[in-house]
Amino acid sequence: MINRRTVLHGALVSSLALFSAGGTAWAQAPAPYEPNQEMIDAAKKEGAVVWYTATDVQVAEKVGKAFEAKYPGIKVQVERSGAERVFQRISQEYGSGIHKADVIETSDAVHFILFKRQGWLQQAVPTDVAKSWPAAAKDPDGHFAAYRAHLSVIGYNTSQVKKEEAPKSHADLLDPKWRNRMVKAHPGYSGTIMTGTHALSEALGWEYLEKLAKQRIMQVQSSTEPPKKLAQGERSVMADGNEYNMFMLKETGVPVEIVYATEGTPIAIGHSGILKNTPHPNAAKLFYAFLFSRETQQLISDEGGLRSFHPEVKEKEGRTPLSQIKILYSDPVKLEPMIEDIKKKYEVNFGT
Amino acid sequence: MNVSISLPMPARRGRIDLSRPIFVVLVLVLSLLVVLPLFWLGYYSFLDQNGQFTLANFSSLVTDPTLRRPFLTALGMALGVGVLSCIIATPLAWLVARSDLPGRTAIRALVTASFVTPPFLGAIAWEILAAPNSGLINVAYRSLFGLQPYEYLVDIYTFEGLVFAIACYTFPYIFTLVVNALERVPSDLEDASSMLGGRLSVTLRRVTIPLVLPAILAGTMIAILQALTMFGSPAIIALPAGFHVITTKIWSLFQYPPKPGLAAAAALPLLIVTVLLLWGQARILGRRGYTTLGGKNSDPRIAKLGRWRWLAIAFVVTVLLLTVLLPYAALLKTALTRTVAEPLTWSSFTLHHVNFVFFEFSATQLALRNTFLLGFLTATIGTAIALVIAYLVTRRSVPGSQVLGYLATAPVAVPGIVLGVGLFLSYSNPSLMLYGTLWILLIAFLTIEMPAGYQQLSSAFKSVHPELEEASRILGGNRMTTLRLITAPLLRSNVIATWCFVFIGTIRELSATILLTTSETKLVSVIIYDLNESGDLGAISVLGIMLLVISFAVVIIANRLPVLGGQRLPVAR
Repeated sequence: MINRRTVLHGALVSSLALFSAGGTAWAQAPAPYEPNQEMIDAAKKEGAVVWYTATDVQVAEKVGKAFEAKYPGIKVQVERSGAERVFQRISQEYGSGIHKADVIETSDAVHFILFKRQGWLQQAVPTDVAKSWPAAAKDPDGHFAAYRAHLSVIGYNTSQVKKEEAPKSHADLLDPKWRNRMVKAHPGYSGTIMTGTHALSEALGWEYLEKLAKQRIMQVQSSTEPPKKLAQGERSVMADGNEYNMFMLKETGVPVEIVYATEGTPIAIGHSGILKNTPHPNAAKLFYAFLFSRETQQLISDEGGLRSFHPEVKEKEGRTPLSQIKILYSDPVKLEPMIEDIKKKYEVNFGT
Repeated sequence: MNVSISLPMPARRGRIDLSRPIFVVLVLVLSLLVVLPLFWLGYYSFLDQNGQFTLANFSSLVTDPTLRRPFLTALGMALGVGVLSCIIATPLAWLVARSDLPGRTAIRALVTASFVTPPFLGAIAWEILAAPNSGLINVAYRSLFGLQPYEYLVDIYTFEGLVFAIACYTFPYIFTLVVNALERVPSDLEDASSMLGGRLSVTLRRVTIPLVLPAILAGTMIAILQALTMFGSPAIIALPAGFHVITTKIWSLFQYPPKPGLAAAAALPLLIVTVLLLWGQARILGRRGYTTLGGKNSDPRIAKLGRWRWLAIAFVVTVLLLTVLLPYAALLKTALTRTVAEPLTWSSFTLHHVNFVFFEFSATQLALRNTFLLGFLTATIGTAIALVIAYLVTRRSVPGSQVLGYLATAPVAVPGIVLGVGLFLSYSNPSLMLYGTLWILLIAFLTIEMPAGYQQLSSAFKSVHPELEEASRILGGNRMTTLRLITAPLLRSNVIATWCFVFIGTIRELSATILLTTSETKLVSVIIYDLNESGDLGAISVLGIMLLVISFAVVIIANRLPVLGGQRLPVAR
């Protein structure tokens, strides 16, 4: 029975395990590393790297392909789901002693606090991260670093809504004319939206969300989905959703436009880390360094519309630089104990 | 010496009746499949977040409206689906089996297509068709009548929309059972009715329908339970509409921070409802005998439709249009255009999604291989087990054989998602680590498909009069020999149908699968669901069409294979 309990705690009641584990001795960040020939050879022998990611599947596959092109002979297995599904899965797997993932990446910064406390991550700091990442965008002990950041923005379909009539702020979304016209992603499913909901509730109060809930919103799960519903013309305005999907759609000629709300726009920081029991240790380190390299960061910026912390990455023309946008931050340490409460309140107001 | 003893009675060689040991083995296997996960579920329903004993999970079922409401909604939805499926399926089955309607083979094939379609894929297709603004039907409606944007004819994101989208893919359960039954109703009873002056409608009401009532009820019960425990379609349609059913609610209880105890408790009312349904069915059928296939038989009567013909054709076309033709046309269009909103023209035509699915998306091949491997294994093993169980139970050959029937039907009460949890709890400890392998999925599928397989075969057994088996037994065959040589061949078409049922049920399963797959054991259904979450409708359409084509091919081959007895067994005379 005791055995079974342990399994359960490690697996399904991961919350419990994660909160109570604690006490892992944390060391200082290790010395930065740069991929060398020895690592590449060893990685080729391993032949594969398994990447659990919450990045949009098309972008994630492109990153995988770029790695395979740079290091022929090492296959990248891309496992893409929403951030909370990635989390659910790794918790189930690590709880059951299954170690299949090498590198993990989600859009929910809280996850990495929990992963680190649980001792599931190994320390590794690629030179790029050590050199160029701001202290706020990496773990001081070197367990993880911000692979990407993206905003959760308001948006509209330009063939259905004229620019003058488009919402300028979150407050504008409460206008009765948007009733039945909006789409929104779910904080229980999407880490980005959980972060955004927390940031918005701090900036505008829950009353804002209560009023928004009365607008008969189409509720989707992943934050990648609202932009696609706009593109389809299913809904005219999105109350939240990924900025990067909007970039990609807009740049391929789909009639959608981004709105940076006057009250501010929530940002979600997507960390990445190497798992402790990686089945392909060298390939994992090689891939991890590759994720933070200038070329990959430029790729995810160009192809994926993601915001990068790499100083040499150049934003595509036509995209508003981060410095000109009012950002709403959410503190993951403060958010962590509030998650359940936010989900509960959300369900009471929005129905799911 | 021994030789001389055994020689005079060669027919009695197989005297050792294997049915008792087989019974024991089956009880053990089913217990493993069914009772073990249920045991852990029951156990966890009494634990709180800290692993302490509690009754709070059960009390919150009553006190917490966010749990109570989804449950009531799900009940309403399931009953709606049952009624609607029955209304669609029964007349359709009669027309196909007993009327001179043209194109009956084609109708059967198209109903099979709707059956092969995973409900979640159908739900996605109906999103493409009937979303209020971008839905193709609504777009056509607006342009036809020159209406303003936002005007719409149909909205799939409603309770009614959900019932409709599920019924489209559950009615074949009733259809198949009723068609089979109708083909077996001996015409002498109907002849008698018409000789006594009964008109077609009287004969239908007084003779034919009562005779196939068991099939109608069994089918409706399957449809209701399928709807009640379904996860995919509600997740796709109910969540955007802003309401939960019990399965999606249970699923959401596994989001961070997970509450397995509450989820386990929330599954118990479903169990009770199911038991009530089964009990009700038994009450309705009572002790009436419904033997329709005896030692001698005659061909079914074919009714001439006459002036009703056009009405019948209109009905059939509407049903097929709504359940098969329109959804697949929508998927095909979406597969070949860049975005859903664009019309399919030469300029919007693209192979981008096809290319993405086959050459860029790394999960496709593995998922396809796993899906079909599991489909074959589950169908073959599952049908074999169900056949033996149905035989032992319907012929009451071993004392206590009813237990097997209950065990084989019990999984129907467990929503796939809850079974997934139970299996996960059962098979993820270090001493028995099946999580992460295909085995756990095989176990899950065998368990999930057992009720449908068993129900089908046992209703088939009930329609075969024991006289033929008794003849075999009198001539010295033991139970298993009789099953192999007499009963199974008689039921060959039912066995093949069951195999196909189970195969299709497996490849379209999503609710247990979604908690049990890992990166190396992923299935097509799961990647479709993942793609839906990120709104990649084009890629879903490509995968969906491919799934349909392959599964349809399998069904056709299974029905045509000469080893399996060819197309249809000649009626025993």
